Amino acid sequence: MELLVASAVGILTAAGIYLILRRRSFPVILGLSLLTYAVNVFLFATGRLVTAAPPILNKYEEVAYTDPLPQALVLTAIVISFGMTAVVVMIALGAYLSSLDDRTAMPAEPEGAGDDA
Amino acid sequence: MEHLLIAPVVLPALVAPFIIMVLRHHLDLQRIFSLASAVLLAGITLALASQSADGTVKVYELGDWPAPFGIVLVLDRLSAMMIVLTSLLALPVLLYAIGSGWDTRGSNFHALFQFQLMGIMGAFLTGDAFNLFVFFEVLLIASYGLMIHSGGTRRFQAGVQYVVFNLLGSTLFLFALGTLYAVTGTLNMADLAVKVAQIPAEDTALLRVGAVMLLLVFAIKASLLPLHFWLPSAYANAPMPVAALFAIMTKVGAYSILRIYTLVFGPEVEATAGLTESWLLPAALLTLGAGAIGVLGSRKLGRLAAFGAIASMGTLLIAISLFTETAAAAALYYLVHSTLAAALLFLVADLVIERQGQWILPQLPMPQTGLISALFFAAAIALAGMPPLSGFLGKLLVLDATRGADLAPWIWGVILLGSLITIIGMARAGSLLFWKGHGLPQRAAEEPGYTAAETAPPPALAFVACFGLLAGLVALTVFAGPATRYAEATAAQLYAPAAYIDTVLGRTAE
Repeated sequence: MELLVASAVGILTAAGIYLILRRRSFPVILGLSLLTYAVNVFLFATGRLVTAAPPILNKYEEVAYTDPLPQALVLTAIVISFGMTAVVVMIALGAYLSSLDDRTAMPAEPEGAGDDA
Repeated sequence: MEHLLIAPVVLPALVAPFIIMVLRHHLDLQRIFSLASAVLLAGITLALASQSADGTVKVYELGDWPAPFGIVLVLDRLSAMMIVLTSLLALPVLLYAIGSGWDTRGSNFHALFQFQLMGIMGAFLTGDAFNLFVFFEVLLIASYGLMIHSGGTRRFQAGVQYVVFNLLGSTLFLFALGTLYAVTGTLNMADLAVKVAQIPAEDTALLRVGAVMLLLVFAIKASLLPLHFWLPSAYANAPMPVAALFAIMTKVGAYSILRIYTLVFGPEVEATAGLTESWLLPAALLTLGAGAIGVLGSRKLGRLAAFGAIASMGTLLIAISLFTETAAAAALYYLVHSTLAAALLFLVADLVIERQGQWILPQLPMPQTGLISALFFAAAIALAGMPPLSGFLGKLLVLDATRGADLAPWIWGVILLGSLITIIGMARAGSLLFWKGHGLPQRAAEEPGYTAAETAPPPALAFVACFGLLAGLVALTVFAGPATRYAEATAAQLYAPAAYIDTVLGRTAE
């Protein structure tokens, strides 16, 4: 279990970082998504891994339970990363549609060129 | 009146959706409500500052859940100072955006502006590390919208870089918080301080990893070299009034470093001793150097202002990274100054760019060129740290506070040399823009290429905003005595965190 989760976080992070270092916006956004998956799984594991236990205390008997706080944190992180991914997709689309180029590097301008600012 | 503490977060959070949903098609009403909200915010923050001025720490428990189980907002001198600074910065920037008509060039400027204020206020007030992450995201997502306000190819391209870099930062923030939670089992800052101090030194490997990752996140926000790459093109391509508001965003990073690394990983915590000192100071020196050289090498006015902001962050972080009480006091004074000065430079840059274009090249004199060049001169000497404005006093305080440090010769050398290079860079830009143009052959007014915007003098409201910021700088100089006393009291409170921890955890009641 620990090995599975740890390797999942590691592989997702490695793949995400590789993709972020690409030069076009689509792989970069994919890489960001993979990184957010990695961090979600990582956050989930910070409350220690317990299988088949509810995240609530039972006041009638002593049973195993799992830490509920990381689950709340993961929910927040999922919502935020989902929204952020939507925003970055829209901005990247805007950049692509107005320049017909999806490279993330900005081209150099000749001095004194007309400004679109 | 205890609910006043949450008002700086709630007020913009209510005004922003109201503007979107009810006032979407009424620009005048949007302006009125946005301005009214900013004025009210200034009043609220000043009232809060007067409450905390005597050194009391006020805690607001959300949902009445006691810390560390619930999220708390905490008001101490540092938070009060930062929220007052934010609201006093927001007011002239908003006036400028209205006066110059920037808010008509795209939709939802005022709503995004309010959301941005909400995020910044929340980040300064929160006493919970995960809540700090959430408010970072609020202010970032509003800043993404503001940054690409009114569109344009290069603005979108710079926006993609800005968003991707900050999303990476957010992911790193989550990794850091997860690591800290796994070690300590809490995310409340005061509780973290207690738990971190209890961990035996040999079990702190993971804790140190978390502390370093957290420092990296704040360094990204504070544009510390080598994590500053997002800043120049983002600020230079953002609308200049927005960049002026962003002058406070890098300070959010500086504030977080100051808060976390005095409260949680303070100087007496054995596990992280020497961590910040050995890394932060050299990086801050490099930041100042890179910023100064960037000012000298900029070919566009927007980039010049952005590198000026980086240089001032360098000076600020040098003072912070010493982690002594006197250095922190100097840092706080310089923080207020550099925020106002950088914002002023961005606004003046916008006055010039609107009429002469963004390149630092000789251009024909524009209407009101004397007044604009005088403002540029004032902003330049303020940012470079020359007398008579407060930048000089701020740098003097920083230099004085670093006298006893091991690296003092390096610090003095870099600060003084950096100031010199900044002055040369600013003087070069100013003389190219405002003096060389007088020798050019005049264009006939009816010649094509002359647009109405280039010949019209700037609206009066834009000047009111610029002179408002300048008045702030002058006030900071004239009232330097009370300001430094407040900064010293704030620094003293930062380095005696016991009161903060006891109040948040409710130990005084027992």
